[in-house]
Amino acid sequence: MEILAGLFHGFAVALEPANLFWCFVGVLLGTVVGILPGLGPPATIAMLLPLTFNMNPAGAIIMLAGIYYGAKYGGSTTSILMNVPGESASVVTCLDGYQMAKKGRAGPALGIAAIASFVAGTVGVLGLMLVAPPIAKFALSFSSPEYFALMSLGLALVVLLAGRSIVKALLAALVGLWIASVGTDLFSSTSRFTFGRMELLSGIDFVVVAIGVFALAEVMVNMEAREETQLLPVPKGLKNLLPTMQDLKDCRFAFLNGSVIGFLVGALPGGGSTIASFLSYGLEKAVSPRREQFGTGVIEGVAAPEGANNSETGGALVPLLTLGIPGSGTTAILLAALVLWGFKPGPLFIPEHPALFWGLVASMYIGNVMLLILNLPLVPLFAQVLRMPVYVLYPLILGVSMVGVYSVSGSLFDLLLLLAFGLLGYLMRKLDYPSAPLILGLALGAGMERALRQSLMMSEGKLSILVARPISAVMLSLAVLVLLIPMFGKLNAWRLRALEQD
Amino acid sequence: MEDGTRKSGDLWSGVALAALGLYIIIQAGQWEYLGPEGPGAGFFPLWYGVAILALSVLLVVSHLKRGSARGDATDWNKLGRALSTWLALAVSVALFKPLGFVISFALLTYCIVAVMYRRPLATAALTAVASAAGFYLVFDRALGVPLPVGVLGF
Repeated sequence: MEILAGLFHGFAVALEPANLFWCFVGVLLGTVVGILPGLGPPATIAMLLPLTFNMNPAGAIIMLAGIYYGAKYGGSTTSILMNVPGESASVVTCLDGYQMAKKGRAGPALGIAAIASFVAGTVGVLGLMLVAPPIAKFALSFSSPEYFALMSLGLALVVLLAGRSIVKALLAALVGLWIASVGTDLFSSTSRFTFGRMELLSGIDFVVVAIGVFALAEVMVNMEAREETQLLPVPKGLKNLLPTMQDLKDCRFAFLNGSVIGFLVGALPGGGSTIASFLSYGLEKAVSPRREQFGTGVIEGVAAPEGANNSETGGALVPLLTLGIPGSGTTAILLAALVLWGFKPGPLFIPEHPALFWGLVASMYIGNVMLLILNLPLVPLFAQVLRMPVYVLYPLILGVSMVGVYSVSGSLFDLLLLLAFGLLGYLMRKLDYPSAPLILGLALGAGMERALRQSLMMSEGKLSILVARPISAVMLSLAVLVLLIPMFGKLNAWRLRALEQD
Repeated sequence: MEDGTRKSGDLWSGVALAALGLYIIIQAGQWEYLGPEGPGAGFFPLWYGVAILALSVLLVVSHLKRGSARGDATDWNKLGRALSTWLALAVSVALFKPLGFVISFALLTYCIVAVMYRRPLATAALTAVASAAGFYLVFDRALGVPLPVGVLGF
């Protein structure tokens, strides 16, 4: 009953004309971003974040979330038509989607991708709605030691699944913690790592780092080459995009598989939609009576991963909103957005801000319907976005990045920091250092330090408090076990396989 | 690039990170570690500083143990294009104070289109003017987002 009442409240918020408009803007932008190879949701959300500071928070989070899940819909378009994934989560869609397009079945491939995304995306939101409130209630009993342990576990999971080298992923996370420490220590008013610069006393803005590491680095990597890819023809007319009844029948299990796997993997920090889509594809192939045909243009091979990468969004919002723990670079930026607007995601988020939580949930139902409409009849129109020359697109991204950073503080110093973090992000990519742990370390750094110091204040300096309490002891043990996985041959082989697919 | 660069990159990035770890430890040593009211400003940085130093030494040692295995050669052309983009952006930021955002951004766009993508000069000029004007109209005029202003007043 409580959930239903919350949902009604949420629809009242989400159906306000302004919020409907922002939801539409979000899913539209998300679709475009998803279609454009080389521009991902984290970069887009980071770039647009500063522009939301003057917006109503409900409208702003509805729009940013719209970009997040909208990009998953758009990502399949280039996978199917060009064999180039618009998003890493759509890599596996290339396998059967492009083969279907080559056989003249681009329409049903695009259609089933949109339908699977809609079905699984809706199931993911349903999961979020049902699972988030009880988890938040359970987490109400958490104190500083549990929070420190939880953040350590979240960071450990992201480190485990972020890159081939655990050492590099850990180093990236630790550098993120260091960047988070720059500025004035709020406990003692000591200025730390400020290099004598007044501008650094208030710390380094999350937006500057996120835009530099994601958007700028992405443009630099993309500008290394000038490869053009051939676009396969997009069928015109809704009739040509609709899958047949047989197609839908073939995809029954794929819808279910994508929905469940996507949600479960999403709820796990570090899992992410790419792993969800590959796991779902693997399971679909394993149970299919025509598994030997996978990779030659089988429609379930499109439906399962596309469903999983959409359902993952609902799952990923569970730890973010109920525990304040983001599981990926994108959710870390959403966490920063909520904090910047003055909210504190965690167990009290739902009871203290029901309009925001339930408004977001309801807007995701509405957004999924909007996306289905946008991605079925309007796919040919969106495909035209791909005709935009890259020499126009990249300066635009650079321009929005600079304006975004400048609008936060009006400081040219922040633009210099942006340049530095852009270069850092590029070098990290070249040298195989994953950027998600750095962003997560930055997002969680202040909270981790606060939780650790408060824990030690509670125990009068005894570190044993972290293992004396059962929940934190279990979570810290899990974090250590997670980081030891690379030392176990079989488990590490599984981890590397998952990463190869990422 | 990748393998070759990555392997020598492991060494150099490891050395750089070890230096960072050492710097953090030295800095943290100057702040209170544990006081009567609990951990001080140096407590947390000292621990992650030690972790950075230890992990980066591990990275360097494992690189040296592996030896300098030869991988694919670095693609200097690609690297040059990416770094040129960054340099053009840096020059554009440096020009914000005297020229303002609009002109600096137009110059950046012109440089990318004409030099990096070798499009005709007319195309580059048109793209530069249209993008800069678009930014001015959308951000400065329509959204009221302030853009850096130069000596010309825009």
